[in-house]
Amino acid sequence: MSFFHESLRTAFSLIFSANREVFAAVWTSVSVALWSIGFASLVGIPAGIGIGVGQFRLKRALMVILNSLMAMPTVVVGLLVYGLVSRQGPMGSWGLLFTPKAMVIGQALLAVPIVTNYTLSAIRSADFRVVPTTLTLGASTVQSLAQLTREVRFGIVAAIIAGFGRVISEVGVAMMVGGNIRGYTRTMTTAIALETSKGEFAFGLALGIILMSVSFLINIVLTSMQESGRV
Amino acid sequence: MRVGNILSLKTVLAVFVLIVTCSLGFAQERLRMSTTTSTENSGLLNVLLPPFEKQCNCRVDVISVGTGKALKLAEAGDVDVVLVHARKLEDLFVAEGFGVNRRDVMYNDFVIIGPTGDPAEVKSAKTAADALRRIARAQATFISRGDESGTHQKEKELWSAAGITPAGKWYRSIGQGMGEAIMMATEERAYTLSDRGTYNAFKHGKTDLAILFNGEKGLFNPYGVIAVNPKRFPHVKYDLAMKFVNYITGPEGQGIIARYQISGEPVFFVYPK
Repeated sequence: MSFFHESLRTAFSLIFSANREVFAAVWTSVSVALWSIGFASLVGIPAGIGIGVGQFRLKRALMVILNSLMAMPTVVVGLLVYGLVSRQGPMGSWGLLFTPKAMVIGQALLAVPIVTNYTLSAIRSADFRVVPTTLTLGASTVQSLAQLTREVRFGIVAAIIAGFGRVISEVGVAMMVGGNIRGYTRTMTTAIALETSKGEFAFGLALGIILMSVSFLINIVLTSMQESGRV
Repeated sequence: MRVGNILSLKTVLAVFVLIVTCSLGFAQERLRMSTTTSTENSGLLNVLLPPFEKQCNCRVDVISVGTGKALKLAEAGDVDVVLVHARKLEDLFVAEGFGVNRRDVMYNDFVIIGPTGDPAEVKSAKTAADALRRIARAQATFISRGDESGTHQKEKELWSAAGITPAGKWYRSIGQGMGEAIMMATEERAYTLSDRGTYNAFKHGKTDLAILFNGEKGLFNPYGVIAVNPKRFPHVKYDLAMKFVNYITGPEGQGIIARYQISGEPVFFVYPK
């Protein structure tokens, strides 16, 4: 009982005392997650639309692969990116390891399958007659696809929300390629892992409460985008 | 009304993106140091690093992992300087040409901790190896770091001195940090090997385990700082790394280490000059 009590109290005192380290960690979490989801959306949304609309061989196989990639463990992605950006790796000369940029690469890789898959499902459940109808009305292929996308925008925002949830909550990539550097690559989740390792369980849970509150606020914004997009 | 809503939403997003962009872009010289969990978890680095950062107008990026991994990071050229505690591995690291200018920084010692009831009668052991032998004989639960850290290296050294290859249900290799090992030992009423600094940081309110064996020469725990060899990795910030080496082995750094205390007890000791 006192454990949960203390966690809540610590969370509030951290928020109201405007603790600089906590704010830095929140900031790293949010900014890295937003960059990742931005890049993942740039790749995943067009890919989802393309796969959803396209008729091609191996489509089913591709979908199975995409579904499996959604279950990719974060530490595996962390290892992959680590191998890429370490000084010994192919991108080593850029010196990206233990920087927020490396974390963005890893988290974007995590989010791409999710954004692609959600977009794909949205497209598949849409009314396909939109495409031939707009085409007969004289629209170009691009215009008709744009119309289809507009029809499923609710699902696409849902894709972004799901991807964001995956990256803001993950700890594997952030720890491995970020290195948990105080005030630089320390995110809320790696900070929680650190506090846990120090035996500061209540403090760790307090950070968890703050992270949840921040996610809640961001999801309010995203959901209102979803709602305002609805006719 | 709706137009107003959407506008404000766009403004909010634009400001957000702008700030995010700025925050990722800024540049200041950064020194990368891999170190052990004990230096970070004890809180020493929080007082040791800021004066140096001010002097050199730089930031020290601390990657705190076990000693084994800290050296591995340096062997890949991913850090500029290491602060670790495993003398044999450190010498090997220098001998293989990965590091230069190893210097002694500070020391503390390892202690064997366990439940105050002491079912394995470790308290009456003559040597650390004897203490481990008693734990093995009693099949009392022992938590091993199992992560190739400096503490794990020392533990393996002690087992081999005891002539025992630890195995069985009582020996738990957990692959985690010192803090986790102490917490698990506390929950399980088990024994474990800890550096004194981390134990001291935990003994007020976090663990009720007691020191059951300490004070042997073989439990000495020296910390060394090593710059990564610039001939091997031309991209490392050697000059800055050497400035740091000179700082923590110099009077200012040594003074801070000697004065650092947790609950009135010193955590690390410096060598007399």
